[in-house]
Amino acid sequence: MLFIKRYLLPRIIQFLVVVFVGITIVFFVPRLTPVDPVQQVISQITSQGAFMDPASVDALRKSLTEMYGLEGGMFQQYFAFWGRLLRGDFGPSLFQFPVPVIDLIMNSLPWTVGLLITTTVIAWIIGNILGALAGYFKNKVWAKTLDNIAMVVRPMPYYIFALLLLILFAYLIPIFPSAGGYSVGRQIGFNWPFISDLIIHSFLPAMSLVILGIAANFMTMKLIVSNIVAEDYVMYAKAGGLKESKIAFKYVFRNGLLPQITGLALSLGQIFGGALITEIVFSYPGIGTLLYGAINSGDYNLIMGIVSLSVIGIAGATLIIDLIYPLFDPRIRYR
Amino acid sequence: MNLEGFKELMKDGRFRFAFIVICVLAFMSILSFFSPYDPLRWNVVPRDKPPSWPYIFGTTSQGQDLFWQSTYAIRNSLTIALIASGISRVIAVIVGLVAGYKGGRTDTVLMAINDSFVVMPLLPILILIASVIRENLTMVMLGLILSLFGWAWDARVIRSQILSLREREFTYTAILSGTRTFNLVIKEYFPYIIPIIFATLINNMIWAVGMEVTLAILGLSNTEIPTIGTMIHWAVNYQAMLLGYWWWILTPVIISIFLFVALYLLSTSLSEYLDPRTRIQRIGKAKE
Repeated sequence: MLFIKRYLLPRIIQFLVVVFVGITIVFFVPRLTPVDPVQQVISQITSQGAFMDPASVDALRKSLTEMYGLEGGMFQQYFAFWGRLLRGDFGPSLFQFPVPVIDLIMNSLPWTVGLLITTTVIAWIIGNILGALAGYFKNKVWAKTLDNIAMVVRPMPYYIFALLLLILFAYLIPIFPSAGGYSVGRQIGFNWPFISDLIIHSFLPAMSLVILGIAANFMTMKLIVSNIVAEDYVMYAKAGGLKESKIAFKYVFRNGLLPQITGLALSLGQIFGGALITEIVFSYPGIGTLLYGAINSGDYNLIMGIVSLSVIGIAGATLIIDLIYPLFDPRIRYR
Repeated sequence: MNLEGFKELMKDGRFRFAFIVICVLAFMSILSFFSPYDPLRWNVVPRDKPPSWPYIFGTTSQGQDLFWQSTYAIRNSLTIALIASGISRVIAVIVGLVAGYKGGRTDTVLMAINDSFVVMPLLPILILIASVIRENLTMVMLGLILSLFGWAWDARVIRSQILSLREREFTYTAILSGTRTFNLVIKEYFPYIIPIIFATLINNMIWAVGMEVTLAILGLSNTEIPTIGTMIHWAVNYQAMLLGYWWWILTPVIISIFLFVALYLLSTSLSEYLDPRTRIQRIGKAKE
């Protein structure tokens, strides 16, 4: 019971707070600006040359207002928005009109989630192993070389790095396709030609995320481990004549991993943002590309849907990582 | 920081490199005040010229001189970054101080809000905000918006510092001898906080420039204003890569890489210099 009260409850409350703050921002931001989305759509239609008499403009305005959920006062709208959200209803896409936003998102979601999970896990594992080794053998030449490489790669924003990879491997040395998730016209199915095609197409986008992720994990893990090595209990272990491998794995690396698990949970939001950019650069058919299209066509509902869903998704993933954390940390016990 | 500290820092190769790069970039941004061209006007020089005298970085398909354009870009990007990180420092310090010093319920509430900002996927939210404001997004506005989202992580760092300071002897001495809370915080705590503010300021600038680049490339900021991001935006828009105008895309990319790496090295070498543990190691090394 103590565990539920001390550990579980605060985290669930935190999850709810994140979702609440995020959704509130998503709701109020578009309404704080002087831009009236209804008027925008109407002037867009009229500017395209379609003639409309005032009566049909009024009818259109009314139906758009209703569709956007812009009826009634601000707080009435706010509660209505929550109501629709809980039912998973983000309204129709404005650009591809009657298609519900949620369907568009669901079509792109597997691409992004697949890319994200694969790259995050690979980057986390490789980065932490390398970082742990480099932190433990701090004065070796290879550790310092890795450190210098990471130091240049780490501060680069995703976009610049992805762009560099694209210039290098799709234009200068064209070994990878420059865009898309699979070849045009290929049948989607669970067979080798399709899967290999998928891997070739997602190699560059995945690479950009993996390399940056490795650099980030490497830097923090190296710092953590090199601090732990200097701790008293490691000194005692060494003085006590414990085997080197036992000290390294049981005393140093295991303790170093704990903050990295929390770090993974905290950086999920950033990783997700990075994946969006990567998708846009490589025209990978996921949420990022969908979002880019929505920005360009001014598809309000779609943007709001994607942002709301990503807030909920990231907060949820963070909560899950937080909840499995006690499995790794012996200091927190289920009671 | 005094001259002695600066000399000490200059012994660090990373700091030296970063310092020189920042100086060059700062010099370029000052040069922008003497630019012969108006950055907003097109077709002032011949188009699509590769780097050669007098257009040392080449020219764009819009007929703009890349060298002078990049001086403006650096200046504007740095301005945005400074606005964003400056204001977010103020928020971070206030939240961190209040949460750390007051503790209790205030702390719980402030940290709950703080943590939601840490975990939240900021990029989609920034995209939403920027796509709503679009063309009206001025430099100052962009800086302000970024500052509203960039404080959370650092507020936590400052709070934890205050938490440990509050337990120290001198706090009790000060309180018992009747020092007012405000004076205690300003006179006793601030000297400990200032290094953190500096180190996080630089990190925050990196983040802000990165966000500016990202939003500009998506076409979400005011693309008329030359910044590092909008330079890349136009180069990509005009298919500079496919048409072989490599200098157009490479200029902003290389400048940004130098800027990011220099700022990053500056922050790591500074925070290592300010960290008492590594300082002891360094003194030990010097004695050996």
